[in-house]
Amino acid sequence: MRHVISVLVENEPGVLVRVSGLFTGRGFNIESLNVAETLDPTISRMTLVTSGNEQIIEQIIKQLNKLVNVVKVVDLTGSDFVDREMILIRVKAEASSRAEVLRILEIFRGRVVDVSPKSYTLEITGDEKKVQAVVELLAPFGILEVVRTGKVAISRGRKEALGTGRAQEQKAES
Amino acid sequence: MKKTGAEILFESLKQEGVDTIFGLPGGAVLTLYQALGKYAEEIRHILVRHEQGAVHAADGYARSSGKVGVCLVTSGPGGTNTVTGLATAYMDSVPLVVFTGQVPTMLIGNDAFQEADITGISRPCTKHNYLVKDVKDLAMTIKQAFHLARTGRPGPVLVDLPKDVVADSTEFSYPSKLKMRSYNPTYQGHPGQIKRAAKLIASAKKPLIYAGGGVILSNSSKELTTLGQKFSIPVTTTLMGLGGFPGTHPLFLGMLGMHGSFHANMAVTHCDVLIAIGARFDDRVTGKIESFSPHSQKIHIDIDPTSISKNVPVDIPIVGDARNILKTLLKYLEEETGQDWTKKHSEWQQQIAEWRKNYNSAPPDSHCGPCIKPQFVIQKINEITKGDVIITTEVGQNQMWAAQSFLFTKPRTLLTSGGLGTMGYGFPAAIGAQVAFPDKTVIDIAGDGSIQMNIQELATAVQYKLPVKVAILNNRCLGMVRQWQQLFYQQHYDQSVFEVVPDFVKLAEAYGAVGLRATKPEEVEPIIRQALSIPKPVFMDFLIDQNECVYPMVPAGAALTEMLLV
Repeated sequence: MRHVISVLVENEPGVLVRVSGLFTGRGFNIESLNVAETLDPTISRMTLVTSGNEQIIEQIIKQLNKLVNVVKVVDLTGSDFVDREMILIRVKAEASSRAEVLRILEIFRGRVVDVSPKSYTLEITGDEKKVQAVVELLAPFGILEVVRTGKVAISRGRKEALGTGRAQEQKAES
Repeated sequence: MKKTGAEILFESLKQEGVDTIFGLPGGAVLTLYQALGKYAEEIRHILVRHEQGAVHAADGYARSSGKVGVCLVTSGPGGTNTVTGLATAYMDSVPLVVFTGQVPTMLIGNDAFQEADITGISRPCTKHNYLVKDVKDLAMTIKQAFHLARTGRPGPVLVDLPKDVVADSTEFSYPSKLKMRSYNPTYQGHPGQIKRAAKLIASAKKPLIYAGGGVILSNSSKELTTLGQKFSIPVTTTLMGLGGFPGTHPLFLGMLGMHGSFHANMAVTHCDVLIAIGARFDDRVTGKIESFSPHSQKIHIDIDPTSISKNVPVDIPIVGDARNILKTLLKYLEEETGQDWTKKHSEWQQQIAEWRKNYNSAPPDSHCGPCIKPQFVIQKINEITKGDVIITTEVGQNQMWAAQSFLFTKPRTLLTSGGLGTMGYGFPAAIGAQVAFPDKTVIDIAGDGSIQMNIQELATAVQYKLPVKVAILNNRCLGMVRQWQQLFYQQHYDQSVFEVVPDFVKLAEAYGAVGLRATKPEEVEPIIRQALSIPKPVFMDFLIDQNECVYPMVPAGAALTEMLLV
């Protein structure tokens, strides 16, 4: 089963490779991985999409927690959360198909971010299904390049606290 | 007061209580070595002959004493030579801090002379590692490194020190407090879980304790012994757990697993409650996982949450320090009044006694023909020293024979590479143990293959007058490899039998040590006695039967009950 795991790590050099090295070293999957600084500049958030049975996911979470630079690990799967991915697609757009490409884009509330005589570069944000649907619909026109961010995810409600500058107090509370 | 990075390193080591380091200088650490000269009174430096030897020696020092072992080596090859030692210590949870030199920060990444990305290389075989880029961070980094090495599940930590950082100066005061928001090992077990465990143990008819290296690391062999004795629970240990429970005790079943005793493997298969303490259900212990202890409910005490339910699902996990947990467990068990524990488990004890009788795995004694049997050598060492000795081993048959034939009665008296299985570990580890305990007898039980993997450290032993004894069980081959080829590879002895084996007696003499040789069983005892009377390093070369195998043996991947018996 696929799991979306949110990992808060110390914002230090070498942390990404510790996490990715853990996955390769122990034979775990990474489907996508996204890293960026949080509001607290000393903490970064990684959003990891991985898959495995219950026992493997349990090991992944424990092993992540064991890394010295990892501050907090949350398995979002099974809880209430929102996830999004952004893709940039360069798609062929000849005079005959330009209008149709734009129509599809509009349906999915995407944007044109670059135009050339023979192509459009489009930006689309959405959950996995939506992004996949856009790619499938645009495929017949000829996709020249796709760049995806991988998933980012956030839980609903207020439980988010770490990475907002109050990390230490929260850790002490829990 | 302003100090250089080099001075800060040694001042910090003093603060951490370090009085001994193992190392080998090189270009990138000369500033450090120059500064070390000023601290010669307080910090003893043992000059090894190869960096791998430094790490194993520090490891032997740490395992025997319980203190953190410290190494200092140069950049590039100095660092890469430590990797096997780090991996060995990491697998067996040994607290080490290894300092490596590094090229100056401005050259990092330039493929400079003797540059290696040692933090990158050592990342998967250290508990944590650091590259110090600013002298201002040095003291705090050292503080953290020692804290990480010795707390929680202990392990090796590497600190990489660029040449310019240790030459730079800053105000020094050793931090008294340490804050690491992302590292908080659990020491106290959950009381509810411990209570559940006590109830389960009280309800058991056929309980068994399976203890591992965690018992040694947490200094809980006293509590473990009480648990076994007071509640009449038989005990088996892993290789790493030997010495955690007295090997001479009637409740002790010996080691379990691939080369475990017949009765230990039978007991673990038939018990109804298995109490795992500081053990990690390693494949050499469990054999075929589906058949491992199939009828038992399992309690697992471990400080590392990742060990729990990694290989075998457990019913009652308890995360925390084994000693703390055992203390609480004993308290709860004592509240279970009105139980006659001995009577309650007598049927189970009887069953075990029968297994013990049916297949007495006691190895052959001297009356076995003209050849020296390796088990006989080990039994004689045990007998002559009365067990009051620190044993190190190499890896292979020598290791298993030592584990089976020597009765370890105290913790920290067997130093062996259990997890990584590093040939070449035992001799430098013995040197480290002898440094920690100058007055103790330290004996490395070796094979002729393993001893050649770090034989250069004989110069170290001679230089520092460390009277380490090495019992080479010389079968002119890589014995365990040969055994597997004999049993599972149709007797194709490919590359396992040596055409050339050095003359270990002459070799010892060449180094300024003493060499002795026994070729017949009756020479074994006199030679051991002679070696023990010589206050110098001694190689004892025992020419043993090449065909001798380690039994019992559970073939890899088979169930523990599928043992090959002699």
